[in-house]
Order: sequence, then structure tokens, then C-alpha cells
Amino acid sequence: MAFFPSLPGVQPRPAPRLRSRPTDLLAAAGFAVAAAAIAWIGNDYWFSAVLVPFLVLALAGLGLNLLTGFAGQLSLGTAAFMAVGAFAAYDFQLRIPGMPLLASFALGGLAAALLGLLFGLPSLRIKGFYLIVSTLAAQFFVEWVFTRFSWFSNDSASGVISAPPLVVLGHDFGTPRGRYLLTLGIVLGLAVLARNLVRSQTGRSWMAVRDMDTAAAVIGIPVFRAKLLAFAVSSFYCGVAGALWAFAYLGTVEPHGFDLDRSFQALFVVVMGGLGSVTGPFLGAAFVVLFPIFLDRAAGAWLGGAIDPGTLQNLEKVLFGGLVIWFVVREPEGLARLIFNVRDRWSRPLSPRGTGAVALPGFTEEKSP
Amino acid sequence: MQFFLEVLIGGLLAGVMYAMVAIGFVLIYKASGVFNFAQGSMVLFAALTFVSIVERGAPFWLALAATAGAMVLLAVAVERLLLRPLVNRPPLSLFLATLGLSFVLEGAAQALFGAQVHALELGIPDRPFTVGGVLLSSFDLFAAGIAAALVAVLALLYGKTRIGIAVRAVADDPVAALAVGIRLPRVWRAVWIAAGMVGLVAGLLWGARVGVQFSLSLTVLKALPVLIIGGFSSIPGALLGGLVVGAGEKLAEVYVGSRLGSGIENWFPYVLALLFLLARPQGLLGEPRTERV
Repeated sequence: MAFFPSLPGVQPRPAPRLRSRPTDLLAAAGFAVAAAAIAWIGNDYWFSAVLVPFLVLALAGLGLNLLTGFAGQLSLGTAAFMAVGAFAAYDFQLRIPGMPLLASFALGGLAAALLGLLFGLPSLRIKGFYLIVSTLAAQFFVEWVFTRFSWFSNDSASGVISAPPLVVLGHDFGTPRGRYLLTLGIVLGLAVLARNLVRSQTGRSWMAVRDMDTAAAVIGIPVFRAKLLAFAVSSFYCGVAGALWAFAYLGTVEPHGFDLDRSFQALFVVVMGGLGSVTGPFLGAAFVVLFPIFLDRAAGAWLGGAIDPGTLQNLEKVLFGGLVIWFVVREPEGLARLIFNVRDRWSRPLSPRGTGAVALPGFTEEKSP
Repeated sequence: MQFFLEVLIGGLLAGVMYAMVAIGFVLIYKASGVFNFAQGSMVLFAALTFVSIVERGAPFWLALAATAGAMVLLAVAVERLLLRPLVNRPPLSLFLATLGLSFVLEGAAQALFGAQVHALELGIPDRPFTVGGVLLSSFDLFAAGIAAALVAVLALLYGKTRIGIAVRAVADDPVAALAVGIRLPRVWRAVWIAAGMVGLVAGLLWGARVGVQFSLSLTVLKALPVLIIGGFSSIPGALLGGLVVGAGEKLAEVYVGSRLGSGIENWFPYVLALLFLLARPQGLLGEPRTERV
């Protein structure tokens, strides 16, 4: 018997409320004003190197969070679904004349959703950690397919694709500011959709499956459908994120740009931001994008280049790993919980903070040498 | 036929190496339910530490002892800083923590000892020779012998020593083990130390074969399908799974890969494991799970 016979799930949390609080609306309004203000005052470096990757990573993290944080199915294949979204959007754009850009993004997302359905099928029979073999299979298989079959990249060398001009409804979004606005619009739209989705019956059935799928089946939730839907919706989000990564952020991408490390990056966005939260991935993505820049600047400013880039990269890895451990140990609900704590202090005098942990009898009291 | 045998045996011997990484994983999973993604990084960390000490002129046995000491320290630190605060957290939290640990270990090992490829010479001859017309490598046979000895030692530890019996008790029923006075932290330390030692042996053998480099930490990705096929909680299963994956991968690369194009050995074990799971979700020798509400 395994030590913890339960499924890999996140801490049971109270389900999100169906109605928004005034502070939520205030925060949303503040965010919209800030985003617009940034579009006004931002410069090209911030748009291209910080804001666009931040938004795209947040979207990929949001997709992963729907699957892992809400439906409780761990995935290490986020980058594979991003790759399918990117390459499918590219091929739709390339091979169908007059294809609108947004439509090819959506079709890229749908292609990723189909693949997600396919690799989600084993979740019906396999549970827990055995399931990561399925998403890892997707990860390695997709990377191999796009490298091996050059049809997908229009026979370019080593599978590199170049994004077409970003024109939506006759308006060119090719400038850094335009790319930021395009990405912002898509990501915010999908985020609002996700927020409504997790508050709906679908989202609640996902959380029931996450907390214990046998119990969910007993009370009549269609576990089968909930899991597959979670895979499909999550992969759709990741697919659109992949298309934006290729089209709006890099402008060009090769299959190895979507390797396992990218999947880990998305996972870190979710873990640091907060599992089972829609706001979380945005906070996590901001951290993941800004932290290396900050570290780089700090090393340059204080140590004057005494550390070579290779060592700095390794130190960054150590710090990232350490932070992941810190978050898992001290704040498993991530940055989102830290923010909500502040908000709760504003809107309610007392906020009971349940961790949901069930004590194993006799162990918590034990003081061992 | 002779060619087929050569590919098959080469695959089986490579599978032994995968199994070595998988065994370290099983040790930890069995006793604590932790899905230790950092096992591959522990292999890299051990091999890099060892090779860096040897390169500074230390004799073989001293370097081995120092590296073993480092792995013990690592196990103690992991128990103290990672396992203890995460008692009774969901398995996903523990998995994520070991993912973080793998980043820390990889970054630290490379920051301390450099990222270049180190050659590692163990003094084991690597002579090819033929048995019945089939070409074999003496090094691979040696590695297989080491793996067999390792499994025997682990079986002895499990069956005959006090701590080994405690580990089995905890694996069987943690609450009952606590009730009879077994100290869980001590058991966890013991299995992480054992996994560290297995990682050290695996790191030395892998390192001597392909050079000590970052790709050693990727062995965890080879070990995963091995575990899936063998079952997470069975040491003989890990060995068996290693052989299946090693042989299947090499045969597929030679006979299927020639049609599909090279590089299928990256994903083939996973697809194999996936198909396998559909038929037998708990692996070859794993224990079936009981669901309770």
C-alpha cells in the first residue's frame, strides 16, 4: 500500500463564490486601467521582452491550472499542446488563403484540444502519478513529429516556422505595442471565460473529481466526461498560448522551443501563482518572467559581472527550485493566497484560513530527535 | 538471427542501467509514497561530486567515501527541510517539492563543479568479445553483475536488518508502524540514504559509459516508463521493467525506426508504457489499489 492512498490532488479549498465581491470588481477595474495605461506609457523593450511573454505564459499557466489545479490531473505535457497550437495555427494560416488570423488561433487551439482529448483518454483507466506517463508521451511524441516531418513547418530547415504578418480586420498589429494589445485582448477574454467556467457546474464537477474522483462518481458526477472536458479545455488554452508564443512573442519558433523545460516553466507558473486559482497564473507568470531579469540586473549592478553567465544560469536554477520548495512548504496556494489574504483583511474582519490538512493520528505531536 | 540477438542483448544490458535509476525511485516510493522526480538529479549530483574529487587527485576509495558522505548529508537535509514539513500533504505537493529539489541539485552540482563533460575511468576493461557468435561488451556484463549484487544487498537489508524491517512495516501500514513505535523520520532518512547510494552506483556506471554530464539527470525520464511497466512499488518489477524497456527500445529503434525515421527511442518507451497501463494499471508486479470513499 502506498503511504498516501489518495489521488494527487491539491488542498481542498472552498469552491469559488458565484457572485463577485465589490473588491473583485474594483481589482478588475484597476487591472483594466493599468493595462491601458501601460499601453500608453510602455516602451518597446517592455512590450516585447516582458509584457507579451508574461501574458502568454499566464495563459499557458491558466490552461494547465484548469487541468491540474481544478480537475486534479497532473500534466507534464503543456509545451506539447502549445507546440500543436503554434504549428496548427501556422499551417492553417499558410495553407488556407484568406484565413483570418484570429480564426487560425482558434483552430490551433482546437487542434491542441483534440490532441489533449486523445492523451487524456488514458485518465479514464489510469490514476494518479501513473497518468504523467500519458502527458510525457505527448510531450516527446509531439516534439519528435514536428522535428521529423517537415511538412508541418513548410519544409523549412530544422522545423523553424516564421509567423505571418499580424493583421486582424485590416488593422496591423505588427508593432510591439500592437502585439501587446492583441495578446492582452485574447488573454483577458479567455481569462474571463475561464473564471466563469470554473464557477459553473463544469468547474464544480472538476473540483469534485479533483478532491476525490471515486466519491464524485458515487454522487453521480460524470467523472469520465469531466476529466476529458478538462483535458480538452486545458489543451485549447495551451494551444492558443502556443500560437501567441510563436506569432506575437517570438515571431519564429522551432519544435525544441516547446521542450520539457517549457512544460516545467508552465508548472512553476501555476505552483508559484496558486493551484486552483484563475488569478494565480498571472501572478506566477509575472514572477517567472521578471525574476530572471531582476537577477541578471542585480548580478550586473552589484557584482559588476564577476559571475559568468553560465554560473548565473545555474544559480537561477537553484533559486527557482528553492522557491518552488518554499512555496510548496509554506504557501501551497501560492502568490494568489498572499494577495487574497490582503484583500480579505479589507473586506472581512475575520477570515478563517483552513488548510484542509487531515492529521495522521499520532504523527503531528511526535517530536523526533 | 545473430544480429537480432546482439540488439536484444545490447538492449537488455542498457535496460539494466535504467533499472538502477528506477530502483532508487522504488525505495523512496515504497516507504514514503513520495514520487521522487529528483532521482535523476541525484545520479548527476553523485557522479559530478565523485568525478570532481577524483580530478583533484584523491584516490578512488576516498572519493567514494566522500561522495557517499555527501549523499547521506543530502538525505538528512531532504528529510529535515522537505519531508517533515510536508507530512500529510497531498502527494502532488511532495512531487512538486522533489521537482524543485531536482532543479536545486542540477543547478548546484553544475555551479560547483562546472557544466563540461568529465571523463570517468573506473578501471573496468571495456573489451568486446563474442559468445556463440554474439558480440558482447565486458563493461555491460560488469554493470549487470553490479546491478544483481545491488538487488541482493537491498534484499538482505530489507529482510535481515532492523531498519529494513521497519521500512517494510512503514510501507505496509504507516499508522500501525507508528503505533508500535517506529520512527517515521528515521525510516525516511534511511530510504533516502539508500536511494542516494543506488544513485551513486548508477551515476558511476552511467558516467563511465557516456561521460559525466548534464544528460545523466535525464535518466529519470528513462526510468519513468520502466517504473510504470514494473510497478512503482516493486524492486524486482523495476529490474524487469528495465529489461523490457531497454530491449523494446533498441529493437524498436532498429526494426521500426528504420522506417519511421530515427529518434523514436525518446517516445517509444512512453507509448509502450501507456499501452501497458491500459491492460494492467498497476504495472507488472505492483500492488493493485483499493479505493475507499
